[in-house]
Amino acid sequence: MKSWLTTTDHKRIGLLYFWTAFAFFLIGGLEALIIRAQLARPDGGLGVSAETFNQLFTMHGTTMVFLALMPLSAAFFNFIIPLQIGARDVAFPRLNAFSYWAFLLGGLFLNASFIAGPLFGADRLSVAPDAGWFGYANLTSRQFSPGPNVDFWLLGLQILGIASLAAGFNFIVTILNMRAPGMRMLRLPPFTWMTLITQFLVITAFPVITVALVLLMFDRFFGTHFFVPQGGGDPILWQHLFWMFGHPEVYILILPAMGIISEVLPTFSQKPLFGYTVVVYSGVVIAFLGWSVWSHHMFSTGLGPIADSVFAGTTMLIAIPTGVKIFNWIGTLWGGQIRFTTSLLFAVGFIAMFIIGGLSGVSHAAAPSDLQQTDTYYVVAHLHYVLFGGTILGLFAGMYYWWPKMTGRMLSESLGKVHFWLTMIGMNLAFFPMHFSGLLGMPRRIYTYSSDLGVAGFNLASTIGAFLIGLATLVFFWNLLRTRWQPITAPSNPWGGATLEWAIPSPPPVYNFTVIPTVESRMPLWHTERHAPMPALPERPPAPIHVPGGSWWPMITATGLPILAIAAISRTLPLVFVGAAVLIVGIYRWAYEPFEM
Amino acid sequence: MTPAHTQEAHRTSMGLDSRKMAFWAFIGSECLLFGSLISTYLVYKGRSLTGPFPHEILNIPFTSFSTFDLLMSSLAMVLALAAVQRGDMKQGKLWLLVTALLGLVFLGGQFWEFSHFVHEGLGLTTNLFGSTFYVLTGTHGAHVTVGVIWLLTLWVQALRGKLGPANAMTVEITGLYWHFVDVVWIVIFTVVYLIQ
Repeated sequence: MKSWLTTTDHKRIGLLYFWTAFAFFLIGGLEALIIRAQLARPDGGLGVSAETFNQLFTMHGTTMVFLALMPLSAAFFNFIIPLQIGARDVAFPRLNAFSYWAFLLGGLFLNASFIAGPLFGADRLSVAPDAGWFGYANLTSRQFSPGPNVDFWLLGLQILGIASLAAGFNFIVTILNMRAPGMRMLRLPPFTWMTLITQFLVITAFPVITVALVLLMFDRFFGTHFFVPQGGGDPILWQHLFWMFGHPEVYILILPAMGIISEVLPTFSQKPLFGYTVVVYSGVVIAFLGWSVWSHHMFSTGLGPIADSVFAGTTMLIAIPTGVKIFNWIGTLWGGQIRFTTSLLFAVGFIAMFIIGGLSGVSHAAAPSDLQQTDTYYVVAHLHYVLFGGTILGLFAGMYYWWPKMTGRMLSESLGKVHFWLTMIGMNLAFFPMHFSGLLGMPRRIYTYSSDLGVAGFNLASTIGAFLIGLATLVFFWNLLRTRWQPITAPSNPWGGATLEWAIPSPPPVYNFTVIPTVESRMPLWHTERHAPMPALPERPPAPIHVPGGSWWPMITATGLPILAIAAISRTLPLVFVGAAVLIVGIYRWAYEPFEM
Repeated sequence: MTPAHTQEAHRTSMGLDSRKMAFWAFIGSECLLFGSLISTYLVYKGRSLTGPFPHEILNIPFTSFSTFDLLMSSLAMVLALAAVQRGDMKQGKLWLLVTALLGLVFLGGQFWEFSHFVHEGLGLTTNLFGSTFYVLTGTHGAHVTVGVIWLLTLWVQALRGKLGPANAMTVEITGLYWHFVDVVWIVIFTVVYLIQ
């Protein structure tokens, strides 16, 4: 127990990220199932109240984006990146532990709102955030949201932002500075490349939402008028700040998944990634362009024809590097000796589903058609095709691919295939009809709808599909759990992968590499035209390797953040001093404790 | 923070100390933070519904002195780093303290300025100018405060004989932070005070 609380080992932190994020993924999924159950029938549905429904869709979006998808990617960053670049750990192991604890505590703080009602004198148990995951002004102003709901949201997101920023600095330095000899930038595995790009997006996008949240905090706590029209403020400024963060954020969510399938497809096609450099540079271009498209979320605010045209144009441009990647993935499969493992199925599923989501995305990019689609279920269909059909399928591909490396145990392929087909049928049944219900005029975020709208059939199909996804996820969960009782038997390279993580035992020893390998090609374990496979590493370290002993201070420092948030939300001044003291003592003890690697 | 592989710190892939690289990334991130705050200030410029307005209240000569003070603190920081790097801890201690004190003078000036403005009727919630001004300059002031605490920590370490040329990188990173906060102030001074 103590060794897990104080761990600074990137592999253990990766597993902590995985299980925590997976738990939040189940919670977010449960919220989605309640939403879908309510919408299965028109005219009142299950009887979920409008207030509860608002909380459910807000927490579903917030949870999936910040507590499930980002940290599930982070689980792979943590576990896999140091292995792929031939390092013994990340550049700042304690900062890494701090990121995890801040993420966990931020997530718990946010979800505590579900049961915190009585503490705030509310007449109901739940005071969960209820203004949507993008928290538009002025739904979030004190005038229209007097309770603590939005406070939980804005404080929780600030804690999670700190966790992401710390991890961002850490992984940028790790990837740039901790590479094994010979691991030049254009020899980095594509997953590592996409992670590097993602982290640059994190460290540039998160400060913007931090400012937006701080301004909102001033509006709500101190009575300023940043987003309040009565005082001259402009609610549209919130949208600009939010989406300036929010659009890079969607690439933060998708680029790691693109990296994962760029590992999975070559391995199971037994071919190098087609057009490696183009895939890498396309990722860079996507990230750059991702910064220039935020206003396509705001066409309906009336930006004027010039702004609309510019943002429609930049948005359509992104389809080019994305399309390039898709053709490269197909080119990788083309002519390969394909093994249809579960991991490959999910990767191919990613390509197919992401194309559908990408096409509906292009239809949003055209401003005139977007005006018809804004705030309808058509947008819900699009975002679930890219975030579920894209990110989650990509993450599943990664889980089947790397689970043997992470635990030393193989997942069941037959259960995996059940999981895959249930997921594919479920997601298409859930999300495809939303295109139609949306275009027929069903707005998103309504707790019920009239049977006169003519969308009851589509909604029932969506609900059945959502429950199939739920069933599929339970199959996957069972698949994960049953590996706990298996012996550790996964070979070091069960799939015949080409990258360095497959050169060491599964699970890797605490020091990762007995000797740091020297890299001579992009696929060090494969026989290529110019290079023989890397010689096997010695089984035992030729010289003793010092492993750091862990530290309490990252966790203690991270504890200061929720204490400050509780102080703010409960208006308790003494707690501010407690939280600040914990932070300051934690930072000083951290800075001056002996910690040699 | 101690970099992983202390013994390998000189063999990083990019040839740059990991802590220093992390700090450059942090500064890049901070640029977006201040960029967002400055943008907010500019978007709301001239949109206050009631006074006091900037031209009625901003005191350029006084703030020019504060700006000069902060610029001189950067000079002192340079001298502190140079002294620590060449192992002259007597000078190093002196200039670290001078840098911190000049930072404190700046903070004192900001405290005086804020209380003077409140006295003149410009509170945080008076109008958009007040809100954007206090949040922007206050965020900068918070950064200066962190810098002063950091510098005083190094100074105390130096007094206890625990800071020497071996820790020059720590002082260099402190300097990076300090210079960055200084540069941000130059931008704020220009945008808020000079271009009204």
